[in-house]
Amino acid sequence: MTARVGVITFPGSLDDRDAQRAVRIAGGEPVALWHGSHDLQGVDALVLPGGFSYGDYLRAGAIAALAPIMSEVKDAAAQGMPILGICNGFQMLVEAHLLPGGLIRNAHQQFIRRDQRLRVENARTAWTTEFEAGQEIVIPLKNADGGYIADDETLARIEGEGQVVFRYLGVNPNGSLNDIAGLTNERGNVVGLMPHPEHAVEPGFGPATPAAMRSGTDGIGFFASAIAATVAQAA
Amino acid sequence: MPTIVVDVMPKAELLDPQGKAVTGTLSRLGHGAFTEVRIGKRFELTVEGEVTDELLAEARQVADDILSNSVIEDVVNVEVVA
Repeated sequence: MTARVGVITFPGSLDDRDAQRAVRIAGGEPVALWHGSHDLQGVDALVLPGGFSYGDYLRAGAIAALAPIMSEVKDAAAQGMPILGICNGFQMLVEAHLLPGGLIRNAHQQFIRRDQRLRVENARTAWTTEFEAGQEIVIPLKNADGGYIADDETLARIEGEGQVVFRYLGVNPNGSLNDIAGLTNERGNVVGLMPHPEHAVEPGFGPATPAAMRSGTDGIGFFASAIAATVAQAA
Repeated sequence: MPTIVVDVMPKAELLDPQGKAVTGTLSRLGHGAFTEVRIGKRFELTVEGEVTDELLAEARQVADDILSNSVIEDVVNVEVVA
């Protein structure tokens, strides 16, 4: 079977086509979904892509988190479906309370774009089984509202439970507490992160590596993980 | 038309990057007396007719659930202005 991975387009999504392409390159079948619908079209996994839905009005991701399709997304999350939120999609997941904490304006107040080194802290989530715990990866980062915050109690809990999935290495690009770049829920099926794995899936179009310019493909593991889990479940 | 005003502020214990940037600028321009600036949001909800207790309660609910995110912000005021 081929895993069907839905990518939801919201008004102001920018990276939905890139996420579809990443799914295809990783061996899955991308399914375009629309925010205004209540139909997930029977997909096996979901990606909430990056962008600036509703121009970041109110709070980044806040209005999109109230979109019609989000009630089905919440049901799917509760049933254990692999769901990945990238950048604006991560902001939607925290606004929808599917992940703990919040994301605020970068501490330096500026939009930032860089190839970002990350450490994979948790390789047991639906989106990280293709990695090793402690593995270092490089994928692009580009955001203005990527500062992760949570109260002390929440921070202690997510650290203790292993819900921090990715940590910034080298540079903390936005003032995130504990250098947190990405998170998972308690069950490990919902993952959100600020950097963009979908932009590091094809040689020639990814971040620079010591081997060659734009040769980085560390993002493939995200999509391959969810696709492998889906296919294994069906077998 | 009566208007319900909702004021939302970033939580006191959390960094307010916008406020921090403005504080720095004020200080640079000689207004160091203002040792801290915090920037919040004001929402104006216009209502047709009278603001009943139910409507005010609904406004408080909307303020808590939608206009603010309790993880990062506090609703500091909900009031009716003429």
